Amino acid sequence: MPMTTTGRATEPRSLAAKLSNETLCTWLRDMLLIREFEVRSMQAYQNKKIGGFLHVYIGQEAVAVGTIAAATARDPVITAYRDHAHALARGTEARYCMAEMMGRLGGCAKGKGGSMHMFDRRRNMFGGHGIVGAQCPLGIGLAFATKYEDEVIDGGASRRITLCYFGDGALNQGSLHESMNLAGVLNLPIIFICENNGYSMGTATARGTTMAEDLTAKAVGYGFESASIDGMDVMAVYDGFMPIAEQCRETSRPAFVEIRTYRFKGHSMSDPRKYRTKDEEQRYQAMDPIERFTKYMAAERGVTEDEHEAMTRSVRKEIREAIRWAEKSPHPELGELYRDVYTDIWGPYRGTSGPEMHDKS
Amino acid sequence: MAQMNMVRALNKALDETMAADERVCVIGEDVGVDGGVFRVTKGLLDTYGENRVFDTPLAECGIVGTAVGMAIYGLRPVVEIQFSGFMMQAFDQIEQNMARFRRRSRGRFPVSMVLRTPYGGGIRAVEHHSESREAYWAHTPGLKVVIPSGPRNAYSLLHASINDPDPVIFYEPKAVYRAFREEVPDVPDPIEIGTAQVVREGADITLVAYGAMMRPTLEAVEDLTEMHGVDPEVIDLLSISPMDTDTLVTSVSKTGRCVIVHEGPRTCGIAAEIIARLNENAFEHLLAPIKRVTGYDIHFPFFQVEKHFLPDADIIVDAVKETLAYE
Ligand SMILES: Cc1ncc(C[n+]2csc(CCOP(=O)(O)OP(=O)(O)O)c2C)c(N)n1
Ligand SMILES: [Mg+2]
Repeated sequence: MPMTTTGRATEPRSLAAKLSNETLCTWLRDMLLIREFEVRSMQAYQNKKIGGFLHVYIGQEAVAVGTIAAATARDPVITAYRDHAHALARGTEARYCMAEMMGRLGGCAKGKGGSMHMFDRRRNMFGGHGIVGAQCPLGIGLAFATKYEDEVIDGGASRRITLCYFGDGALNQGSLHESMNLAGVLNLPIIFICENNGYSMGTATARGTTMAEDLTAKAVGYGFESASIDGMDVMAVYDGFMPIAEQCRETSRPAFVEIRTYRFKGHSMSDPRKYRTKDEEQRYQAMDPIERFTKYMAAERGVTEDEHEAMTRSVRKEIREAIRWAEKSPHPELGELYRDVYTDIWGPYRGTSGPEMHDKS
Repeated sequence: MAQMNMVRALNKALDETMAADERVCVIGEDVGVDGGVFRVTKGLLDTYGENRVFDTPLAECGIVGTAVGMAIYGLRPVVEIQFSGFMMQAFDQIEQNMARFRRRSRGRFPVSMVLRTPYGGGIRAVEHHSESREAYWAHTPGLKVVIPSGPRNAYSLLHASINDPDPVIFYEPKAVYRAFREEVPDVPDPIEIGTAQVVREGADITLVAYGAMMRPTLEAVEDLTEMHGVDPEVIDLLSISPMDTDTLVTSVSKTGRCVIVHEGPRTCGIAAEIIARLNENAFEHLLAPIKRVTGYDIHFPFFQVEKHFLPDADIIVDAVKETLAYE
C-alpha cells in the first residue's frame, strides 16, 4: 500500500500543534488506553474469557482518537465491528466495554452483543456493527435525525455532524454507495470515514476496490469534499479531519475521508496473515502511532519519562480494574434469552430491561 | 477410501468436479489466496488458476448476481458466502434471480449453480455468525436446499449439487467441519438430492434431524436404546427442499410417533413443514402429537447461553419420552 505522509505536526500551520499540553496528553492517554485494552482483550480471548470473534485496533489508534477529538460529544458516531477504540475514545468506561466482551450483564449491551457491538446511547455511540457496510445507511438516518431535531424541532440551525466509520472492505458494498448517494441528495451532515488499513481480511485494498491508489476518487462522483489523511500520526489525523468536520458542520454537506492506517495484528484472532509479508508488517510497526506521538510529546511538549511512565501505569491500572469489574459482573441469567426481543411482554418474551449499563460495583 | 473430516471431503468434491468439468468455477471472498475462511477451497487456486478460482471484493449481492449471470450463460459457478448470515446482502439476487430465472425464461436459461455457506451454532459467536435460516430458502420456490451431516454425505451431495441443473443452496454445518472423520469413498455415493436417509431402523418412534443436529440426535439415540429400551428410527433429512415426504410418511406410518430436531427458530421452521406433511399424509397412523425440539424464536444468542439455545441430547431424550408416554 503506498503511503503518503501528510503529517504536519511539526509545521507551524498544524492545528493540533496549537492545542494545549493538557489536551494532547488526553489524546496520548486515550491511545495508550486503547492499546492496553486491546492487548488485555487478546489475552482474555486466549484464556477463553471472551467468546465469539475479536478484532483488535492495534496500530489504528490515531484514527479514532484524532477524528473523535475533532468532533463534539453530541455528534453521533457509528462504526463497524473493530469498534472498541471508538467507544473508548468517546469516553465509554473500559469496564463496560470489557464486560461486554466477556458477555456479562454489566456490559454496554448487557453482554448480548460482545466485541462487535459496543453501544453507548449517552455518548452518542451508535454501535459497532458486524455486517460490513450495514452501519452506513444507519449513519444517514442519524445525520437526518440530528438535522431534523436541530432545524425542525428546535427551530435553529443544524449544528451536528455524524461520524460514519467503515473499513476499506466496505467500499465494495452496495450499502455504502447507496448511503453516499442518499447523503448527497438529502444534503446531510455526515462524514464518511474510510479506515483504510490495507486489507479486508486477506484481500489487499487494491485487489478489492478500484482506484485504491487514491480512494478520494470515490467521492468525486457524489460531489463530496474529500481528503486523504495519514492515519499513523494522530496530529495529522486531527489536522486533516478538523477542517472537513467544520465545513460539514457549517454547510451540512457530506464529506469523505480516507485515513491510511495499518492493523498490526491479524484480522481476527485466527488469522495466519499469509497474505502479507513480515517485512511489510515491520515497516509499519516502525511507524507506530503511539511511539511517534510519544516522541513528539517528549521533544516538543516536555513530557518527561516519569510523566509518561505515570500515564502508562494509570492506564494499566484502569484496564486491570476494568477486567476485575467485568469478571465480577454476572453472566446474564437464562431468562435474558427472552428479553429485549420485543418491547412489551408477549408470549414467552419478558419485555425489555431498562438501562444499557447496570452498574453493580 | 480415506478417512477425512468434512472440510477435506468438500475440498475433494470441489477438486474432482473442477477437474472433470471446466465450466465449474469457484468464486467468493478470500476463496483463492486464503482458501476460504474455513479452508474449504484450500489449494484450488494453485491447481486451477485465478480464472477459475477467484477472490472477489466484499460484495455478496454482486457475487451472487455475477454467478447467476455466469450460470445463465452456461458456466457452473460455485459461490462461497463466508457465513450464511451474509447471504442477507444477496437476498435480492437469490430470491429474484437465482430462484426464478429458469421459470421466468420458460426454461431457456437454467441456473445451474451452487451457493455454499457455513451455517449454525457451536463456535461461540453471535447472531449473523451462528444462525440457521434454511427455512427462508426452503420457502422460496425454485431453490434446492441441501444440508449434509458428515464428511461422506457432504462429499457426495456436493458432487450432486454441482452437477444439478437447478440452483442449490448448500448449507454446511460449521460445527461439524472438523468435528470428526469418516471414510470417504473415491467416487461419490449415488445420493439423489431430494432423498432422505434412514440411518437407523426402529419400531417405536421416528426421529428426524439434519446437519449439525444429527450429532445430538444420535447421542440421544444411544441413550434411548441403552438406558431406556427404546427402539427409534432415525431419518437424516439431507435435502430440505425438495423434501422427501415419502420416506417421512413411510417411517411415521410405521412408528406412529415422531420428534423433529432443528436448531433454527421454531416458528415457521422446517419442523412445522414436516408436521404439516405428516398431518396430510399419515394422520390416521399418528399415536401422539408430533414434537419439535428447536432453537427459540430469538436472535442467536451470545456464547454464554449458546448451549441453552442449541438442542442437545438430553432435551431430545425428554421429548422422545414424553411422546412415547402419550396415550
Ligand atoms: C456483508 C459481510 N460480508 C462478509 C463479512 C465477513 N467479514 C468480516 S470483516 C471482513 C473484512 C472487512 O474488511 P474492512 O472493511 O477493510 O475492515 P477491517 O477488518 O480492515 O477493519 C469480512 C470479509 C461480513 N462481516 N459482512
Ligand atoms: Mg481493512
